[in-house]
Amino acid sequence: MNPARLLAILFLLITLGVGGQTPRALAAEPSHTSKRSLTETGIEWPTQEKLWRTVSLADYNTRVVFGGVTALGAAGGLVGTFLLLRKRSLLSDTVSHCTLPGIAIAFLVSEALGFKDRSLPLLLLGAAVTGILGMASVAAIRARSHLKDDAALAIVLSVFFGLGIALMVVIQQLPTGNAAGLSHFIYGKAASMTAGDAQLILYASLAIAFACGALFKEFKMLCFDTAFAHAQGWPVLTLDLALMGLVVAVTVIGLQAVGLLLVVALLIIPAAAARFWSHRLGITLLLATGIGAVSGLVGVIASALFPRLPAGAVIVLAAVFCFAVSFVFGAERGLFRHWLEQRRVGRSVARQHLLRALYEWCERSPRSGKVEPPAQLLDRPVPLEALRTDNHWPESRLRSLLRLGRSEGLLSTDPAGNHAHLTARGKIEARRATRNHRLWETYLLRYADVAPQHIHHNADQIEHVIDPNIVNELEELLAGRDDVLLVPADPEQPQAQGTAGGLAS
Amino acid sequence: MSEPSPEVHPLEVRDLNVAYQSKVVVWDADFDAPAGKLVAIVGPNGAGKSTLLKASLGLLPIASGSVLFFGQPYAKARHRAAYVPQRESVDWDFPVNAVEVVAMGLYRRLGWCRPVSRKERDLAQAALAKVGLGDHSTRQISQLSGGQQQRVFLARALVQDADLYLMDEPFASVDAATERAIVEVLRELRSRGKTVVCVHHDLPTVPEYFDHVALLNMRVVAQGPVETTFTAENLRKTYGARLTLLEEAAAAVERARVMTRHRP
Repeated sequence: MNPARLLAILFLLITLGVGGQTPRALAAEPSHTSKRSLTETGIEWPTQEKLWRTVSLADYNTRVVFGGVTALGAAGGLVGTFLLLRKRSLLSDTVSHCTLPGIAIAFLVSEALGFKDRSLPLLLLGAAVTGILGMASVAAIRARSHLKDDAALAIVLSVFFGLGIALMVVIQQLPTGNAAGLSHFIYGKAASMTAGDAQLILYASLAIAFACGALFKEFKMLCFDTAFAHAQGWPVLTLDLALMGLVVAVTVIGLQAVGLLLVVALLIIPAAAARFWSHRLGITLLLATGIGAVSGLVGVIASALFPRLPAGAVIVLAAVFCFAVSFVFGAERGLFRHWLEQRRVGRSVARQHLLRALYEWCERSPRSGKVEPPAQLLDRPVPLEALRTDNHWPESRLRSLLRLGRSEGLLSTDPAGNHAHLTARGKIEARRATRNHRLWETYLLRYADVAPQHIHHNADQIEHVIDPNIVNELEELLAGRDDVLLVPADPEQPQAQGTAGGLAS
Repeated sequence: MSEPSPEVHPLEVRDLNVAYQSKVVVWDADFDAPAGKLVAIVGPNGAGKSTLLKASLGLLPIASGSVLFFGQPYAKARHRAAYVPQRESVDWDFPVNAVEVVAMGLYRRLGWCRPVSRKERDLAQAALAKVGLGDHSTRQISQLSGGQQQRVFLARALVQDADLYLMDEPFASVDAATERAIVEVLRELRSRGKTVVCVHHDLPTVPEYFDHVALLNMRVVAQGPVETTFTAENLRKTYGARLTLLEEAAAAVERARVMTRHRP
């Protein structure tokens, strides 16, 4: 029922499927290979065997890294949706840049302590610490000065990143020369991930998804109406800290795969893409998670096949592709749907204009002065020039309207192009359109206080929207007005056809 | 102005001072909302009407003074008060529908991490029906008109089943149907003994909609029953000598006199 909970279960399955084999797999592999990267020495094009091994997930290491990065993408989409709705998108960029000094300091500490190997958890811990510090600095600047959000973000980002760059230069001049791997944190390199690294990412993603599921309703309220949440006694600050903590967590575990420059994309782009498809938060979350997961998968596959290709960039490009597709074709707010809707409304309005213009011409110009049986009112050919001048249509407008009328089988034009004849269907539709229009008009005048919210020009018939009793009253009103000739009979009720004249007289 | 009364009011504001940076917005405000009454807080723009409400609810820091809800601090009496913020305070382009927003009024009762169940949805649906939006419950909130959005907020307060309702400009730029729906809800609340405090901007409707009025311009100029407090003299003290407003006020006062004469 709760999509975020479903997600948590999904993550669990991924974890069990990939990580569950850990003991056996690790036992099968000599321990020193656990640090071997996925494909460190690459050739330009993958051999067929390698392609097969990658796609079939033959290696345990491949499996784990695939699982890890996919879960990372999913977690990014999930947390990112809340971040986007909280309108703090740029905060994630600042946080990711703030992690650099933390990584550098953690590296220096591990060197000082004499660790031989690069320890990912330690580096990520450092990253998290300065990431949180950066976020706290933003909050402090915002609260204690007149500076606005964007200025606070820019200041903190540049100061922390500058500090990180300075420390990186120091590290590169150290005699140990162990620093090569650190640049992966800036640009990302999924291929350099070990199984252990990937497992850490996998479990962290699972924990993040679980937290989002548990706090689904709290985050929803926080993002929608913070003041209300506060008035209700929810600890808004704590909730905000929890959300931002999750952002830091995604950022930190995404550093290795995507790099700190691009991790913001992992959070924001899937969420932004998902917003084009749904007006439901649960569905938006699911879609963002899915888009993030697929992007992660595409990136890591590309990275496995082409080790020189930066996985982070591929992940972001895959996400951007999803975004572009959503932007254009999104079911709820995509450009295409918007365009279709505009077109539909335009056509429907044009159709009604045309039908009403034809009807009104017939009504205004009685043949040879004698009273006409209402059933034959619309039988006459309508001179196009009169139609055009009466309605102040330019020539092109008339032509496009006639084209529309012909294509919908409402009218035919004589070969000389001087007159239009309503078809049988056209007559019914013309009566309907005119009747509807006049009833709406009367309704708007009579019920001016409530009418605007009911007016619904696309409703085929006023009865579909308004109470039938009111429609009856309106019809009587219309009939009673001297200047209005008649309400055309409701074409849906054949027996009423004959009484239309009765209303008029 | 207002002598301390022995009975416990749903809302008691004592010597409240609120300031933004160094600018005082509410100054030594004393205000009581008597039980079972519809109370309007009126005053010119920037008089601190909304600020008074928000500060009472702890949404803004209080410089000095005290606010008691049913004789207790707000933190202890939260469950007895419901708040209807201004419609503009949120972004309506948010992926939720009307019934989900109303259900937020039940979140506190649900507690941490427990999801909304059918029971809460039914309660929310009933509250929506009460404000005349029963058939709009699955409508995405951005597709609602301004008045309908205001009614969604009202329904979210109703579903809390509180004893005191604090509403920030519920009648601001709403259509006639919404205004009628809100008035109906207010009267229904009063008939059930609830207390409602509304920040209100429309002087002519004060005598028609409300029993009590507090005239606010940084400090509370006057407060009490509409018949005795909503006078031209008090309005002039509140609004100053602005001509157009005074005309409006005079008309409103006149109307109030007529209304009270017809009152049982």
